[in-house]
Amino acid sequence: MIVPTMADMMAQGKQPEVLFWVGAAGSYDDRAKKISRAFVKILHQANVDFAVLGTEESSTGDAAKRAGNEFLFQMQAMMNIEVLNGYEIKKIVTCDPHSFNTLKNEYPSLGGKYEVFHHTQFIQKLISEGRLDINNITLKGKKVTFHDPCYLGRANDVYESPRDLIRRLGVNLAEMKRNKSTALCCGAGGAQMFKDAEKGTKEINVLRTEDALETKPNIIATGCPYCNTMMTDGIKFKEKEKEVVVKDIAELIAEANNL
Amino acid sequence: MQYLPNIIFALALAFGIGFFVMNIRKLSRNIKLGKDIDRTDNKPERLKNMIMIALGQSKMVKRPLSGVLHIIVYVGFIIINIEVLEIIIDGLFGTHRIFKGVLGDTFYGFLIGTFEILAFLVFVAVIIFWLRRNISNIQRFLSKEMNGWPKNDGNYILYFEMVLMTLFLVMNATDVSFQQTGIGNVISQFIVPLFDGFSEETLHTIERSAWWIHILGILVFLNYLYYSKHLHILLAFPNTYFANLKPKGQFTNLESVTKEVKLMMDPDADPYAMPAEGEEEAEPEKFGASDVADLNWVQLMNSYTCTECGRCTSACPANLTGKELSPRNIMMKTRDRLEEVGRNIDANKGKFVDDGKQLLNDYITPEELWACTSCNACVEECPVNIDPLSIIIDMRRYLVMEESAAPQELNMMMTNVENNGAPWQYNQQDRLNWANEE
Repeated sequence: MIVPTMADMMAQGKQPEVLFWVGAAGSYDDRAKKISRAFVKILHQANVDFAVLGTEESSTGDAAKRAGNEFLFQMQAMMNIEVLNGYEIKKIVTCDPHSFNTLKNEYPSLGGKYEVFHHTQFIQKLISEGRLDINNITLKGKKVTFHDPCYLGRANDVYESPRDLIRRLGVNLAEMKRNKSTALCCGAGGAQMFKDAEKGTKEINVLRTEDALETKPNIIATGCPYCNTMMTDGIKFKEKEKEVVVKDIAELIAEANNL
Repeated sequence: MQYLPNIIFALALAFGIGFFVMNIRKLSRNIKLGKDIDRTDNKPERLKNMIMIALGQSKMVKRPLSGVLHIIVYVGFIIINIEVLEIIIDGLFGTHRIFKGVLGDTFYGFLIGTFEILAFLVFVAVIIFWLRRNISNIQRFLSKEMNGWPKNDGNYILYFEMVLMTLFLVMNATDVSFQQTGIGNVISQFIVPLFDGFSEETLHTIERSAWWIHILGILVFLNYLYYSKHLHILLAFPNTYFANLKPKGQFTNLESVTKEVKLMMDPDADPYAMPAEGEEEAEPEKFGASDVADLNWVQLMNSYTCTECGRCTSACPANLTGKELSPRNIMMKTRDRLEEVGRNIDANKGKFVDDGKQLLNDYITPEELWACTSCNACVEECPVNIDPLSIIIDMRRYLVMEESAAPQELNMMMTNVENNGAPWQYNQQDRLNWANEE
């Protein structure tokens, strides 16, 4: 798979249209890597001139910040900003709502001002510019429910982009009882991904998976690699792996378009 | 002697309002114990939020039943208070229904008729509220933080309102001349039969008593506010005005940290540099919050504004899955501690004397703080834009940056970020491997 880096681009004296910020999950987590690859396939299909930072990319510092470590966050932020500004990056797209939120909202006051897109927004833009079509036959008839990532939804009021893409797939979109601004968290945010939960009566991801299963879906769609992990674990816990799959919207589009 | 009632009334009014003003000053002083934060930008949007959310109750109706009932009580309360203006004038000058002459029978009748209908609706709404709180099985009213005073407080407010509305209607029903006019007694006419056979004198005594207890009740209720969760009827307005306007996902970047990080990353910085003259004595700024004075004044105002409805807690994923965390309780504990600090200042001639306690541990435990997913459900839910999440994060910052007291797994995550640029222990050089797998 051809994934140009900024360093390559620079060596050729080129400036890509957009930087794909892969994020730690998208780079290292086996499940999330598939999302990165699916998104790259879409970028290729739409002939988007993009690049990644590759080994020059580092954690945005989101998890450190939510955990309370402002020092580590700002160190990471300033290092990343130095790299991004060095390459004169103007536009960034990412499949990770946490990176999206941090780059878009928390980097500007530290000197990193970019136009930042969540991949669902970016794909929507490609469609509206006539650069990409979504095949609405392949997945026709499937029932899909969408789990709103907190850092995309409530945190940044992006509710429609992912839903618009799902509708374009020709599938049945079934909303959970808690959706959009009242959506329940998957349990991973605020650095919870990296620790065990406090003592309680239930795991949050199980509760959210139950919300999703109530809609009797074939597919639980997400737009966040961490939500994806949590929902996938929830489906395993509920022993529903045979009936229900958890997919990122980028994966669904890649699948629909036979990429 | 004929002016005795007027004098008593004036004194009661002055005392009631004076005591209230004194407490409001105390409230304002306590809120100002918080750190400065600039919320003066974007005035049109702030005003719009205040009008929509506080005045217009736009977030209340997201839960339609309690939302509509609340609007009835709220509108009733505000509009019926026009009547209080008449009562105050009557009380001070010894007049009776002064507005009747001024406004004319028809318009006055229309006004009082409206008040009576609203009073009746408020009464019914308040009964339903009471049933919801005490009989039906609504989880957010049954949480453990609602035991004791918070539960009683909620009920006392409802009793106050029931009694005030009853007195208003009884006052009208026993006002013989008002009933004879027959305009505006829309509801009270149905109470009149209860007093069938009473002498005119007895009726007058009942009318006067109801009138007096009604206005004194209002003054007592006014002063009850400060000691109660009911302060929201006033603070909802500044609270929505000064609320955060930025995207909910955007957390503040601590400036004190920025300064140090910049210095650390500056290759030209002299690591042995002496602080500039005059800077030496400055105590290094504390990172994060361990007590109320470390929070900003908006966060402190939030705590006084909270009316403990529990919508936040009922939407909190941690709370829904049985964890200790309850965003409402975060606000209640912050206010309790702030009140304690305020009493300490009062008792020590205007100066806070260390009491060996703080918000962290003595009120809010790390277990609660670490259970938060930062999902913003509580912030989204709050009908008056209170932000419990910002307090949780400020306290986490203290735990991590001042006490290095993060859970072990988070320490590992942070070490990984520091060393490998990722929360997991992977090699930075492998960061692009995903592109060539499959």
